[in-house]
Amino acid sequence: MSFLKLAAAPMSIATRRAFLGKSGLVLSGTAVALLAGREALAAAKGSKSTAEDIRILNTALGAEFEAIAAYQVGAESGLLQKPVLDLAVTFQGHHREHADILGKTVVKLGGKAATAKEKYTFPTDTLKTQADVLRFAATLEKGAVSAYLGAVPLFSDGDLAKAAASILGDEAMHWAVLRNALGEPPVPVAFMS
Amino acid sequence: MKPRALAAALAAAVLVASAHAAVSERAANNGDPVRGEAIYSRCAACHALAYDRTGPRHCSLFGRRAGSVPGFAYSAAMKRSTIIWNARSLDRFIASPISAVPGTAMGYAGVADPQERADLIAYLRQANDSPPCTK
Repeated sequence: MSFLKLAAAPMSIATRRAFLGKSGLVLSGTAVALLAGREALAAAKGSKSTAEDIRILNTALGAEFEAIAAYQVGAESGLLQKPVLDLAVTFQGHHREHADILGKTVVKLGGKAATAKEKYTFPTDTLKTQADVLRFAATLEKGAVSAYLGAVPLFSDGDLAKAAASILGDEAMHWAVLRNALGEPPVPVAFMS
Repeated sequence: MKPRALAAALAAAVLVASAHAAVSERAANNGDPVRGEAIYSRCAACHALAYDRTGPRHCSLFGRRAGSVPGFAYSAAMKRSTIIWNARSLDRFIASPISAVPGTAMGYAGVADPQERADLIAYLRQANDSPPCTK
């Protein structure tokens, strides 16, 4: 059975309940303090550098929405067994938190937050086993680390850079844990690029 | 500055720019696609070869006008740009996207190492003839 067909199969009630229970938005106090709670962000509205910050945040937001959708496909596939399924659901919850805080920050800066696409394309025809799904997720997470690494130095606001670095750290942990679940060295390099 | 000195300075500047462009072109054509594939993993949060994601697809990139993949929501800056993607334009863009196209949605500092850029470009060129792009 192809991954696509598996993805289209209904999720079991227990799985869905567990999924919904863990994927609700619970923003950490730290995240809120890092981004949406800073009044200085609101005061920076309208400047050229703020417009650039908004563009960077919205691109990150778009990627977070895609990551949420990717984990949704994985969680509903039937290919992930516990405790890997729980990991995927937990990581998806993190991406939801990232997306929520990024969107709120864009609005705080006076911008219009990007929205999730109606449909995402994933290479579902190449995903046949749990390992395939894990490897695909690890690829996305490593890319996310690189993307945030490339975004951090561009922010005009130091606190935005700090917050993006905080998300980067989370993505890096996802990548390491996924690699570990695959039986690969979890942290293969000393530096990320 | 006297007119003759100004002309000499301009000529020198043109020569330097031409030499730099030639070096850039040569470097961009001397990449290693195997190393480039590993570097491409940095792009995986936003790009894929065969389909659009947060960023546009990379199949059929060479010779394509920037901002022209049908149905992809580009930034206004990218749509306005007159870039045709080739080794030289990619080298410049990948070095610093927001400098090359101010206002681009690609909020990424860039790949600073010229050899890494050349490797990445070599991979993108080779990938264009590989199954994800040809099937």
